Amino acid sequence: MNSPRTRLAIVSLAMTLAVVACKPSSNDTAAPVADSAPPLPGAAAPAGDRVTADITGAGATFIYPLLSRWSADYNKSTGAKINYQSIGSGGGIAQIKAGTVDFGSSDKPLPPEELAAVGLGQFPSAIGGVVPVVNLAGVKPGEMKFTGPLLADIFLGKVTMWNDPVIASINPGLTLPSTKINVVHRSDGSGTTFNWVNYLSKVSPEFKSKVGEGTSVNWPTGIGGKGNEGVAAYTKQINGSLGYVELSYALQNKMSHGAVRNKAGKFIVPNAKSFQAAAASADWRNATDFHLIMTDAPGENAYPIAATNFILMYKQPKDPKRSKDAIDFFRWALNNGQQQAAALDYVALPPELVQQVEAYWASELKL
Amino acid sequence: MNAITTSIHAPKDRNARDARADRSFRWVVTAAGVFVLISLAAAALSMLWGGREAFQTFGWGFFTSTDWDPVQQKFGAFVPIVGTLVSAAIAMIIAVPVSFGIALYLTEIAPSWLRMPVGAAVELLAGIPSIIYGMWGLFVLAPFLAEHVYPWLDENIGPLPLLGRFFSGPPLGLGMGTAGLVLGIMVIPFISSVMREVFLTVPTQLKESAYALGSTTFEVAWDVVLPYTRSAVIGGIFLGLGRALGETMAVTFVLGNAHRLSASLLEPGNSIAATIANEFTEADSQLYLSSLIALGFVLFIVTFVVLAAARLMLMQLNRREGN
Repeated sequence: MNSPRTRLAIVSLAMTLAVVACKPSSNDTAAPVADSAPPLPGAAAPAGDRVTADITGAGATFIYPLLSRWSADYNKSTGAKINYQSIGSGGGIAQIKAGTVDFGSSDKPLPPEELAAVGLGQFPSAIGGVVPVVNLAGVKPGEMKFTGPLLADIFLGKVTMWNDPVIASINPGLTLPSTKINVVHRSDGSGTTFNWVNYLSKVSPEFKSKVGEGTSVNWPTGIGGKGNEGVAAYTKQINGSLGYVELSYALQNKMSHGAVRNKAGKFIVPNAKSFQAAAASADWRNATDFHLIMTDAPGENAYPIAATNFILMYKQPKDPKRSKDAIDFFRWALNNGQQQAAALDYVALPPELVQQVEAYWASELKL
Repeated sequence: MNAITTSIHAPKDRNARDARADRSFRWVVTAAGVFVLISLAAAALSMLWGGREAFQTFGWGFFTSTDWDPVQQKFGAFVPIVGTLVSAAIAMIIAVPVSFGIALYLTEIAPSWLRMPVGAAVELLAGIPSIIYGMWGLFVLAPFLAEHVYPWLDENIGPLPLLGRFFSGPPLGLGMGTAGLVLGIMVIPFISSVMREVFLTVPTQLKESAYALGSTTFEVAWDVVLPYTRSAVIGGIFLGLGRALGETMAVTFVLGNAHRLSASLLEPGNSIAATIANEFTEADSQLYLSSLIALGFVLFIVTFVVLAAARLMLMQLNRREGN
């Protein structure tokens, strides 16, 4: 085990790692915008006479499946390449502020003051939603009903049993076991958590004062799973658990998600239609830089925990050509990408919102 | 004439050349030794520097506070420190006796045709990536424990006065106990392969003399093999302990990742490495990021203190023996 050859191998491995680790820092000194990513094998530019665009972005994991689908289709029709790194909303914000990417992406909108301070613009790209998922024998998707204050009390650790009178009173048809509710939340910071706790804070003053809102919070109860897939795995694994994930994860994992009572007092099952209703009822027109969190939307059929993904770009970019390429891509995606969005359980922006976004591009971005 | 000069000068040349080669060899080896020190110091200092904001803000309270609240921007390392130490301790309680058994079986008891394959299997176990252990822990071990073991512990040992506090709680299958168990299985190959190597170095005369005096196999193992190899055995245990303290991926899967302090092994907890792995990418404020880096520095200190304490213990043991 400890032969000289092994040791030599270990040393050379360590050296290699050190060299590899040094590489990014040498790239940093070069102009990051001019630094183009190496072409991917198989994605070669189609025709010699066509100038192909090369766009880089980083940010939220929520939008990654949709963006990669969009960019694959966009690549087929125009030859442009979009290289998106799903490193998380926080990372996306940091990367665009550092100027290493053409666009950043975040599930949490930045306030206009923060955007103005660094000269960034912001617009929505797609809509999804966060849904409560339960693992209770015999409960089918959409059967379990919740209210916002009830969810807040469960996640505060105040309502601890499934046969609690509050749960029973709004779920008269279900037989509820007298077992403990095992709360599952995210262990990493995430836009999913942000939208979830933002909603719980809106409907429960106690949740707002005790836990508050943010991409990661100090949970009073429950266990933490990493990523949507982590929460989905724990929820499926533990009997009597209640977690929250993006709708697409609930559907793909065939988990039973619950209906949530909205502001208008109706129990709404999360799906593309109720997300769209939430997007339509939100007051986008009066939101500066689209700074609007869609939770607890007033619409009659609006799902209360709908979430928006936002794209961040410089208003006066160092390299206008690349930013223009990126805007061309998003223009194509917002106008032609609805089908791909629907296929992946996302909701495309409603047409009037797309118009507002295009007006925003025209008036705010200097390209 | 020519022949004479060469024959006289040749050894001189050779001496000079040898001396040169020896000098450069010394330099190369010294550089390798110093490299360890430099990289160690560089890692510790850069983490201290990165975590300076957290240390400035919270002072010594960073080590003793159980808060971990990204909303209020209050961070303390106590819960992860306890989680790291407890899970590593459980791992060692499981791994050390099992590894001792494996090594002893392979060197003393197993038929010789079996020694090679089992020994190779143990070393193969060491090569399995930790994420595989984590997935196995989550998808296989945790449901088994949740269904068959933890409910029994909760029911039968939970009500006992003193011991019960450690074994009561909801049977989630995830938590300190599961993390310790997975860690224990992970470090077994490291400890047992070191033990096996050193057990093989025990002179046959010593063992055979003991057998000739009528010792049982256990007595030979306990009174001859173990004392002869003790410092190397403890070295192997430290190797496993170091790995258990720093293990990230497998622990993250089964620990439950909750920043709460609980005496029960059935409750979820958090460890330093798991906290960093979970939260680093999305740490959205300067203080949050700084606290995570400071946590890395704390892990450095914890590992250092634990290993130093172990070394001290070894030195005292040697002194008592009069070595």
